[in-house]
Amino acid sequence: MLKIDIYDKLTILSDSAKYDVACTSSGVDRSGKLGTIGSAAKSGICHSFSADGRCISLLKVLLTNVCIFNCKYCINRESNDIVRAAFTPLELAELTINFYRRNYIEGLFLSSGVIISPNNTVEQMIKTLELLRNVYHFGSYIHVKAIPGADNSLITRLGLLADRMSINIELPSQESLKLLAPNKTKESILRPMGLISSTIQENKSDLVKFRHASKFVPAGQSTQLIVGATPDTDHKILTLTEALYKKYSLKRVFFSAYMPVAEHSLLPSLDIKPPLMREHRLYQADWLLRFYGFEAKELLDEQHPNFNLEVDPKCNWALNHLDQFPIEINKAPYEVLLRVPGIGVTSAKRILIARRSGSIDFLGLKKLGIVLKRAQYFITCKGKILEGLKITSDGALSTLMSNQYKLPSQGPQQLSLFQEPPITREDVQQCLTGQI
Amino acid sequence: MPDRTDLVYAYDGSFEGLMCCVFESYTLKEVPSDIRPPNVSQQSLFDTEKWIKSDDHKSDRVFNSIPSKISHQAQELVKLGFLTCVPNKELLIYRFLRLGFKHGSKVMTMLTDDTVCALQKAVHHLTSESHKFKGFVRFSIFGEVLVAVIEPKNFVLPLLSRHFCDRFLNETFMIYDKTHSMALIYRSQKTELIFVDELTLPKVDATEIAYRRLWKQFYNTIAIEGRNNPRCRRTLMPKRYWGQLTEFNHSDQLYESDEPLQGLVAETSADVMSTSIGWLNIKEGVE
Repeated sequence: MLKIDIYDKLTILSDSAKYDVACTSSGVDRSGKLGTIGSAAKSGICHSFSADGRCISLLKVLLTNVCIFNCKYCINRESNDIVRAAFTPLELAELTINFYRRNYIEGLFLSSGVIISPNNTVEQMIKTLELLRNVYHFGSYIHVKAIPGADNSLITRLGLLADRMSINIELPSQESLKLLAPNKTKESILRPMGLISSTIQENKSDLVKFRHASKFVPAGQSTQLIVGATPDTDHKILTLTEALYKKYSLKRVFFSAYMPVAEHSLLPSLDIKPPLMREHRLYQADWLLRFYGFEAKELLDEQHPNFNLEVDPKCNWALNHLDQFPIEINKAPYEVLLRVPGIGVTSAKRILIARRSGSIDFLGLKKLGIVLKRAQYFITCKGKILEGLKITSDGALSTLMSNQYKLPSQGPQQLSLFQEPPITREDVQQCLTGQI
Repeated sequence: MPDRTDLVYAYDGSFEGLMCCVFESYTLKEVPSDIRPPNVSQQSLFDTEKWIKSDDHKSDRVFNSIPSKISHQAQELVKLGFLTCVPNKELLIYRFLRLGFKHGSKVMTMLTDDTVCALQKAVHHLTSESHKFKGFVRFSIFGEVLVAVIEPKNFVLPLLSRHFCDRFLNETFMIYDKTHSMALIYRSQKTELIFVDELTLPKVDATEIAYRRLWKQFYNTIAIEGRNNPRCRRTLMPKRYWGQLTEFNHSDQLYESDEPLQGLVAETSADVMSTSIGWLNIKEGVE
């Protein structure tokens, strides 16, 4: 390895870490203590936004990009010819503290290539975090990656130093793993994941018994799935996501549109565009699972294994269940309000509050921040639909669709003396579901 | 109450002064059509401006009656409302209080009312801006002192105080609000809000420049070229914040003066906001 300075090291090791999506600093509230530096805010804080529009909250780096594994999709794979570098624990601790004091970052995101062996890698990561926590008294957020294949005892020690831990599943099926990540197995990923989730559980009951028990991964664990590197369907990905939330009580599952960084016969070619829209739809569905009370099987099934790119998952669901609409804004319970396109968690809660002091009309809804453009087709206020609302197939479709998929406009038209014949809800339903 | 459309209150610009305007309006049973802070010239040819003198006793009576007559949340909302940059915030707060004294705690659920809606929106703007600044404040280190300059639209310093004091418990720091010419100063575990007319910073040292370079490099490296999305970035971090962000500053020699920092900040003015209202312990959200 060449001798290189900290500036080049930072460049190399953040460049290698950037494909990791998770950069959140949420999930733990911890106030500062005398003699330490730093605190953590439950909601998480974004410190900047990079040119790709992603939030920068943590100093996201690898400890080293040397790796003995050869995962085909990964930029740091053993067979790839790139410059390799490694931080010493002291360098990384100094960098973190100095960035933190200037309020550049909210904390550290530490990942690493597998150097010598998984155990050896984890030991070096522990050394770095111990230096930060015990010598520099760093009290802010640390997100650390668990290395598949490391011993349980080491993973547990690592978890006691961090706020959040994650293990990337990357590929949603055993077959894809075998093909593209020959050094990883489903077992080697799920075992530490299970270990972390059970240790979090044990630790919670310990904390009840002993107030001063150290906290193990207080902000929970997360994972990441690559979208578009393998033929796995959205249905498969979303079902897996749901299972991870339920079985392993994960805090977040992140999706990463596959960026072609390597040429290989088993991978999509280098010139394809990353499936950003598909990734976006998966995130929307993920939100529906976590905050809107939806289940994966309501959104996708064997017959419709992939999301519509034109319409968001909630709209899609609503259009396929027009029999459940329209709903009355002044009567519907919270769970039902949440299912209306254009009404989110905040606005549903605001509707509940506003209803206490009187009934709401369409003008009121606008003031509450409801996106009427979308919601108007699915609601009534005091038993009436929006005055002047014409449900025409083109109109309804185009307002519900994402901008880039807008229907071509028909150009200026001669005003007609005669109204278009009224269209019934059934017509719209047929038209929408048939066409989409 | 008679609604005299030509009646205008003028007050000293303090929160206490505004509370006294409310007091005046209720004792004399009159409704002002506007409440003006100082330095605003008379806008209409025919209105009569009435000067309302600040009186701690009167203002305390109004302020302390809010929790019992309306609710604690309403009191928080009024306090936060005063920090916002919405034009005519005085009139908005006044009208909100009138509604509150009439309807009681129910006023907090009247989200479709124009006044309540406008005040809540303004406060939301304030709290979301202050949340943004928790991330967007950039300190430069001069010796052992951390200094940051911000240009917020709302007066966010009182809301930032608790967060940064908690985070940098053992540090000495200053956040200078250029828009409102105010500074939050924290030293030896004590916090102050003071007026600062102008701030000239000394030259930064080599270490500071080195870390700025490292941060810029990190910022540029972490973006994935294939996902470039300037519009998304501008939505999440509008350009008005960029001026004070280290990652967008192209020159590393920003500050030219050689004068020491301490002399410029020293004892500029009395602690102007340490009144009974306790701005520095303000809560951040209104349920």
